[in-house]
Amino acid sequence: MKLFRFRGGVHPVAHKQSTGCKAINTMPVPKHLYVPVQQHIGAPAEPMVNIGQSVLRGELLAYSQGALSAPVHAPSSGTVIDISEHTAPHPSGLPVRTIIIETDGEDKWCSTQTAQNPFTLDSDEISARVGAAGIVGLGGATFPSAVKLNMGKQYPIHTLVINGGECEPYLTCDDRLMQEQASAIVDGIRIMLHALHTQKALVAIEDNKPEAIEAMKIASNLFDSVEVITVPSRYPMGSEKQMIQTLTGMEIPAGKRSADIGIIVHNVGTAYAVHQAIRHGFPLLSRIVTIGGGAVKNPQNLEVRLGTLVSEVFAYCDGFVETPKRILMGGPMMGQVLPSQDVPIVKGSSGVIALTSREIAISENRPCISCGSCVEACPCGLLPLAMAARARKGEFDAAVDFGLMDCISCGSCSYVCPSHIPLVQYFNYAKGELAARRRDQIKNEATRKLAEQRNIRMQRIEQEKAEMAAKRRAMQEAKEKAKQEAAS
Amino acid sequence: MKNIKTPLSGPHTHSTNSVTKIMWLVLLALLPATLFGFYLFGWPAFNLWLITIATAIIAEAICLWAMSKPITPFITDGSAILSAWLLAMTLPPWAPWWIGVMGALIAIVIGKQIFGGIGQNIFNPAMLSRVALLIAFPVQMTSWVKPIPFFSRSAPDFIHGLSITLHGYSIDAVSGATSLGYVKTELSLGTKTLTDILSKTYNNDALTLGFVNGSMGETSAVLILLGGIFLIYKRIISWHIPVAMIGSVAILAFITNIISPERYPSMIFHITSGGLILGAFFIATDMVTSPNTKTGKLIFAAGCGGLVFVIRTWGGFPEGVAFAVMLMNSLVPLINHYIRPRVYGHTYSGNSLQYDASKLKAPDTGTDA
Repeated sequence: MKLFRFRGGVHPVAHKQSTGCKAINTMPVPKHLYVPVQQHIGAPAEPMVNIGQSVLRGELLAYSQGALSAPVHAPSSGTVIDISEHTAPHPSGLPVRTIIIETDGEDKWCSTQTAQNPFTLDSDEISARVGAAGIVGLGGATFPSAVKLNMGKQYPIHTLVINGGECEPYLTCDDRLMQEQASAIVDGIRIMLHALHTQKALVAIEDNKPEAIEAMKIASNLFDSVEVITVPSRYPMGSEKQMIQTLTGMEIPAGKRSADIGIIVHNVGTAYAVHQAIRHGFPLLSRIVTIGGGAVKNPQNLEVRLGTLVSEVFAYCDGFVETPKRILMGGPMMGQVLPSQDVPIVKGSSGVIALTSREIAISENRPCISCGSCVEACPCGLLPLAMAARARKGEFDAAVDFGLMDCISCGSCSYVCPSHIPLVQYFNYAKGELAARRRDQIKNEATRKLAEQRNIRMQRIEQEKAEMAAKRRAMQEAKEKAKQEAAS
Repeated sequence: MKNIKTPLSGPHTHSTNSVTKIMWLVLLALLPATLFGFYLFGWPAFNLWLITIATAIIAEAICLWAMSKPITPFITDGSAILSAWLLAMTLPPWAPWWIGVMGALIAIVIGKQIFGGIGQNIFNPAMLSRVALLIAFPVQMTSWVKPIPFFSRSAPDFIHGLSITLHGYSIDAVSGATSLGYVKTELSLGTKTLTDILSKTYNNDALTLGFVNGSMGETSAVLILLGGIFLIYKRIISWHIPVAMIGSVAILAFITNIISPERYPSMIFHITSGGLILGAFFIATDMVTSPNTKTGKLIFAAGCGGLVFVIRTWGGFPEGVAFAVMLMNSLVPLINHYIRPRVYGHTYSGNSLQYDASKLKAPDTGTDA
């Protein structure tokens, strides 16, 4: 198939060999599970269990609220011991509402709903079941998958792209999953195709994963609708925008989504989760997580129950060979710094990476020498150096003019910068400031409107008062006149 | 927001690229041509080179100290050394010591640090300094010795070399014009044809290999080219600036030479003489003072080349690389403003991309698996 090249991109050192060649291990269920009610983009789920209540594996803990939300389920059986605020796996370290379960070790399932032949179900039913299973984009974006599966109704979708790019260094969870569960993934893809009324699925895999490509090719051999496409290894291949461009030569028009050009993108992990949910009725209770980085003693891919603490995951991997300099959730290019190890694995945790200072290659940042490396590396055609200079001076509108809102935060610019300028940090700062400013604007607008309405109301009251007074006066005068007339 | 110690945002890994690495690789690329220059022009050339670089380092340190910036990391990044080195390569090799000192001071203090240090200057410091010297000290800046290679009988020994650097030398004895200068002067007299003029001095091989009068940076086209190709191979520079700059000179020379071969020197003469190759690979490619985009670089370099040709052919000076680069340096902000890459999902004019409905179909996979 003819492939297209996206502009820019970088080739970070892959660091995938230490985990990519080992089979996925299943981590035992820990004593305590910390299940945040928000593990997705959208509204947080609302808890529907009480403290002290015993729950079965797969039982609904918190229901989805609104159109853009996802429910969460009990990853194992046990007792709800608390519903409280717990640190979220996010650099802010802010707490999020978390349901804490003390597991009983029995791991007893609740009853599940299976479908013998999912192809007799209509798309509404499929997306409803996917939604009920709490499935979100497992590539890390955590967008509720049911919403995307429903888009076949609004938009004619000609291609389903299955993202097996996994371009982040260190991460091999998708690679391993494709090698070990290829048939299940292909089945999930076919269910998604059915739900979207789409004829063609392209499974795009970077060429540094030959075993996964082979396995997926064998598994999809029987089905004309599923095609495995080998794409070059170049970061950020796994970004939705760049992957669509590579496969079709088309770009998602600014301000639109991929569905506008007839394409939906799902991650391979999501396809597997869909298979599990529709064929077996299993909600999303665990995920494959790459435990990697130079500081980890025994790096590997683990199937981990959602809610397992990062500290326990590292302990299961025999701890550290040296004190990690930075612990990340996700890959080193776009991953988030974890505030501590006392945070749970969530639906979007593709990897937990403990990096040594050598791997981070920390260096003092120097003045920009406007070498243009960042411009060359930017896959979106932006001018990172100009954007950062504006953001630094607080000229956020000027930064927007240079394309701030089209930035996908992939970090390619910062990766190549010879002056080690944390460009993405500047962009995130500017984006945050702009968002705050927008919020303020909306607030001010609302306040202004309220004040205006109050003024109008007060005026009306004044006017009414004046009118009443005038009326009264007129009546008085009329009365007096009548009196005088009567007297005379 | 000024300096971020631990970024919360990615990437949490970095390529091995650094400013220091870039600068030192450029210096390495300059080394062969420089060593050849020492060989051709002997101890005085080496002395001048050393004095220029030493002054630059001291000037940089004083400026950094005065602005209370960290001295060691900025001194060791090699940028001041590079500016001074490039300047030294464009000076007459037997110029007196104070030309080197003045030049380095102008390059570092006025050309670089007054603008705010590395990355902030508008003009290439080496070229700014060279132009200033040329205007202020025209005699010293246009006295070119004939190559007297090391180990040849008339070559000055160390002591003699030192005295040349410190006290100067009898200009008439050993000096001559550069080939560009000679051609220009003779042509302006209007009595001789180009063929006559060139038959006296012009030797293609000598120009290419470097056994001619001139600065260290213009004498050996081959070694400088080698250094330039090394930089492209190492991805320190891209091909755009050298190709566009040399290309535009070549095209203009080719056309004018066809129209009137007796008035306009050939393409090869233009390319191999003067500082064009040094300028195209090492000076116009200066990251700070060249545009950020490939298209911008092409425009910038084509402008440099065009101006070099115009100055050489019709201007008052025999050589125009420094003037041409400086003039185009001043246009870089403008080029950067107008020449931008197309943003993903946008048209060149900034609107959202539109696709024809007929294009919205599954891509042809070619095979039926």
